[in-house]
Amino acid sequence: MIAYVTRRILFAGVLLLVVSLFTFLLFALLPTDPAALTCGKACTPERIEANRVRLGYDKPVTTQYWLFLKGVFAGRTYGEGQGEFTCPAPSLGYSFSEKDCVTTLIGRTLPVTASIAAGGFALWMIVGIGLGMVSALKRGRWPDRAISIFSVIGLSFPTFFLALLLLFIFVIWTQILPFPSYVAPQDDFIGWCKALILPWCTIAIISAPSYIRLTRFGMLETMNEDYVRLGIAKGLKRSVVLRKYVLRSALIPIVTVAGLDFGITLGGAVFTESVFSLPGMGKLSIRAVIDSDLPVLVATTLVAAVFIIVFNLLVDLFYGFVDPRVRVRT
Amino acid sequence: MSDEVRKGEVVLEVEDLSVGFPTPDGLVQAVNGVSFSVSSGQTLGIVGESGSGKSVTASTIMGLTNQKSANVLGSIKVGGIDILRADEPTVRGLRGQEMAMVFQDPMSALNPYYTVGNQIGEAYAVHHPGCTKKERREIALGMLNKVGIPNPIQRIDEYPHQFSGGMRQRIVIAIALVNNPRLLIADEPTTALDVTVQAQILELMKSLQQEFGSAIILITHDLGVVAEAVDDVMVMYAGRSMEKASVTTLFDNPSHPYTRGLMGAVRSLDHSSRGSLHTIPGSPPSLISLPSGCSFRPRCDLAASLGDTCSLKVPSMRRVEPIGSLSACHLDDQQLVNLTKKNFAS
Repeated sequence: MIAYVTRRILFAGVLLLVVSLFTFLLFALLPTDPAALTCGKACTPERIEANRVRLGYDKPVTTQYWLFLKGVFAGRTYGEGQGEFTCPAPSLGYSFSEKDCVTTLIGRTLPVTASIAAGGFALWMIVGIGLGMVSALKRGRWPDRAISIFSVIGLSFPTFFLALLLLFIFVIWTQILPFPSYVAPQDDFIGWCKALILPWCTIAIISAPSYIRLTRFGMLETMNEDYVRLGIAKGLKRSVVLRKYVLRSALIPIVTVAGLDFGITLGGAVFTESVFSLPGMGKLSIRAVIDSDLPVLVATTLVAAVFIIVFNLLVDLFYGFVDPRVRVRT
Repeated sequence: MSDEVRKGEVVLEVEDLSVGFPTPDGLVQAVNGVSFSVSSGQTLGIVGESGSGKSVTASTIMGLTNQKSANVLGSIKVGGIDILRADEPTVRGLRGQEMAMVFQDPMSALNPYYTVGNQIGEAYAVHHPGCTKKERREIALGMLNKVGIPNPIQRIDEYPHQFSGGMRQRIVIAIALVNNPRLLIADEPTTALDVTVQAQILELMKSLQQEFGSAIILITHDLGVVAEAVDDVMVMYAGRSMEKASVTTLFDNPSHPYTRGLMGAVRSLDHSSRGSLHTIPGSPPSLISLPSGCSFRPRCDLAASLGDTCSLKVPSMRRVEPIGSLSACHLDDQQLVNLTKKNFAS
């Protein structure tokens, strides 16, 4: 087991390196001149050249990548003498348009995205699995039909439209909620909830339907298994059979999908953050795209990749933990 | 439990059982007025083609047929309790305790997420509330020993996928017998197994029956299994029972034309292997629109000799003398006896 985990972690590390290389190369080969973007219209060629040297854009791409990697582990110092400044490890570069180290930017926006993702994830899992169970147990009757109508509606709404709709209903029309403005949960927990309840609902309504379907399908399929019938034949209570026999096997594939979905959401809920103008990583990425802020783009892509790889790994380890058939013999 | 059970005591009494499933295409009448009983120590074989209602009969006895989605008529008495009319907790108390079931496919009958020891222990614990973990383990170990799992102390903590098909079926049998039930229903317990393993499993069931004195219902379509493991046989066709007899009577003197056809379809070693396998012409009727009268009539080569009788009236079970079997056929005793003679001649 330990050997397996070590192997998987090493593999994840290699994967990250490859992703970082490709991301870096992709953006380095773009026809934009990163040095030219470092100052506004009033730039002189001399200043651009100075910035180019300061940020290391004058060096070959391979050297740039090496400096980038080194910066991640050792921090990076730009320029010399008076204009010298340092982005401490783990440094992901320096953003000229934000006038700040990229790591600082990520550190500022990540809690917002994490808050949105975690709350949305919890809500969509509860709603998705809960309604999916009801749907399976009441198959063919009105609760099942009502839930399936909800699923279709949820699936067919574009995120930005649903977000605007919720904003209109709860903030502008009924004025039950204030316009979302993010506060850290440790400063004002109620305010945090108030700011994020609409984003959470948006994400939950969009994501829950596929989980409703997965749960319903998984449960109905498992209910026909012989071992479930054997459970009933043993004289077990219906609720026990449902928990120990049906839910357990129905939920395992759902956890796989959920882990990956959560990883993806952590990389930035672009639409949701934009509509509710929450300063998260999704919004940061959008801004970086518009401004061609390459260091930020490389960094957000990498961070998103880290989340996906990490959650992929967690899901695999979880699988080995709950399903004896994939447990690795050591 | 086995001390109270005298040999020969009636354990299960099924009377006029009918099970129909409403579908968009019409009512599928899977079981149609079947009656039989089993006593402790007795093994009853239920034989028939696929779709003859054997498995539905079995799962209805276990209370596994959902009465909300099926029309169930008649009565099923297990230890004197009519399980079709008893409430859910009562039936639940009987399941696994008084009656247990062995499924056809041992590959899918065990929960893949729990160790076999856990699953055997669970079957015990359901009916012994308050038993300790240690007790459960002891019981599970004892059962693994009894059903012939080698090295049980090590294997008790293994998962179903680590066992072979035959071993899994042994574990399913261990689960079924852990509470020493008075009735064991085995639904094609050997169909999914190798021939060599089949014999072992049948042997195991026989020896455990002698030890526990349970009544066994063995459902199968394999006449070889019937000949080997069964005391009495009920032949089912299209949801109805066609013939009931002791196993020797059935094989020596199959009285019902359908049984005769079934026997004819088995290749035996002493017959010459040349020529095609004998088959019953036609195919089983749709359970949605059964033929009027006798369900076997459209495929029976003797129905015409009785004129309209076979299409007007459903034949009832009656004793055929002097053979001694029960047969649901309109032919009179003499004709049926002649039939059995013809069977020998051919």
